Amino acid sequence: MTVQPPTDTNSPGKLGYSYSRHVGERFIEATLFLMAFVSVAITLAIVVMLVKESVVFFEHVSLWDFLTDTQWTPLFDDAHYGILPLISGTVVSSAVALSVAIPMGTITAIYLSEFAPFAVREVAKPFLELLGGVPTVVYGYFALLFVTPLLQKIFPQLPGFSLLSAGLVMGIMIIPYVSSMAEDAMRAVPMHLREGSYAMGATRLQTAIRVVMPAAFSGIAAAYILGISRAVGETMVVAVAAGMQPNLTWNPMEPAATITAYIVQVSLGDLPHGSIGYQTIFAAGLTLLLLTLIFNIIGHMLRKRYREIY
Amino acid sequence: MVENSPRDNPVADVTSISCKSEVRDLSFYYGAFNALKNINMRLHEKQVTALIGPSGCGKSTFLRCFNRMHDLYPGNRYVGEIILHPDNVNILSRNVDPIEVRMRVSMVFQKPNPFPKSIYENVAYGLRVRGVRQRAVLDEKVEQALRDAALWDEVKDRLNQLAYNLSGGQQQRLCIARALATDPEILLFDEPTSALDPIATASIEELIADLKDKVTILIVTHNMQQAARVSDYTAYMYLGEVIEFDVTDTIFIKPKNKQTEDYITGRFG
Repeated sequence: MTVQPPTDTNSPGKLGYSYSRHVGERFIEATLFLMAFVSVAITLAIVVMLVKESVVFFEHVSLWDFLTDTQWTPLFDDAHYGILPLISGTVVSSAVALSVAIPMGTITAIYLSEFAPFAVREVAKPFLELLGGVPTVVYGYFALLFVTPLLQKIFPQLPGFSLLSAGLVMGIMIIPYVSSMAEDAMRAVPMHLREGSYAMGATRLQTAIRVVMPAAFSGIAAAYILGISRAVGETMVVAVAAGMQPNLTWNPMEPAATITAYIVQVSLGDLPHGSIGYQTIFAAGLTLLLLTLIFNIIGHMLRKRYREIY
Repeated sequence: MVENSPRDNPVADVTSISCKSEVRDLSFYYGAFNALKNINMRLHEKQVTALIGPSGCGKSTFLRCFNRMHDLYPGNRYVGEIILHPDNVNILSRNVDPIEVRMRVSMVFQKPNPFPKSIYENVAYGLRVRGVRQRAVLDEKVEQALRDAALWDEVKDRLNQLAYNLSGGQQQRLCIARALATDPEILLFDEPTSALDPIATASIEELIADLKDKVTILIVTHNMQQAARVSDYTAYMYLGEVIEFDVTDTIFIKPKNKQTEDYITGRFG
């Protein structure tokens, strides 16, 4: 009888390398990376596609004409490819929308964050968020069939389609985005800052405007930038209520087309693939992308400049 | 002869010093919770009064009654009176606007809480909310307050910089300057050095000693040595009651109450 020497494979002191564990970790890591990469890749793919198709467009139309021509009539026999009328429509409708959304959103945020009793806030917030959940096409018809006739009572010369009507409704639509984000930023301001202000004998309004808003500035700026991006990118309201005629105007009382409304119009039509008319939507889309990119960069810079440092 | 125990009449009697504020039968409730029980004491004019006691004993709650900070939150209730002299008015009365009270009773908080503004605007804040606009007046008051807070020499060349660029101790002195700029009658300190290092703490303590000439001070502190160093009067609080209130030396050298003695000597708390 011989005594077996003890096998040391399971002895606790052995330091080794577990391939199975390592492989498992690597697999999970790779999966997570892929998931994260997908969204980046899609964004890149969109940019590449827009640029590639736009290059085709710019082989036919010079960049100079695109930026300076005052007419946008790519579907006419006498075709002009000036983006300015679409930009003016976009800028005017967005300006109208923001002149509603930014003051109203800010005031709502100040009220909800600094004044509203708990019970009011708990009821008002879901309603506001509901406002953001209404499909935009509904807002479009609301603008066309309700707001426009109402405005026509005040301004009898107002046409059936107008940037004013579309912009106003778009502004109402954007209020919850602005107010909700601005309110979150203001509520995140620590209580000891408010107490410091009250202890100096300040009123609620003085505290809200002089202490809470500056402290929450970066968040409020981000809310405004989000509102601007929403306004510039909004499609259905302007497509339905602003008319679809490209029109170089800075007057909100006129009908006009925005970049987004034009893209919808062309996408719905039966233009042959590869025709220059079809190609225009990529150039328009690229312009829109650049516009929103500029706003996002401004927002990013504001946020860095006035980051929360309380 | 029957000696009044300080528990029955916890008022340190020093006749030569006038009384700035008198607390009469003060109780305070957070909803149903009775946080302060029947407090009677005095703040002597241009003296430092310290509140000591274990955590949760109601020191800060008591301090915050003096500028009606509890009015900011729903469900709080004061019973009793805090009389402010020379007006002889109960500042807890419903007929007194808390904003009016805060105009005369300033406060410095536990954590330095400068506003997201320049150094200058931080100090000018109290004046601005009172509607002062003349630049000359603001300039003068801001400089005086910063000098009184022993901060002027360190910041005079960068008054327009953001207050957050200052160190913690400087920020706390800035908050003191902010509180002083409006010429308050009472200055409340709620553990003003608990977030500061020992050197910054020493400078704040020195400052409190200097400020005594201008203003009546009430200070809450966790640190008994601090109370002994800076205060003229000390109140020991426990479970919402003032157990003993007397001249600081008496409290620390020969307290009358056993509970106070146990706390002071470290047998309790």
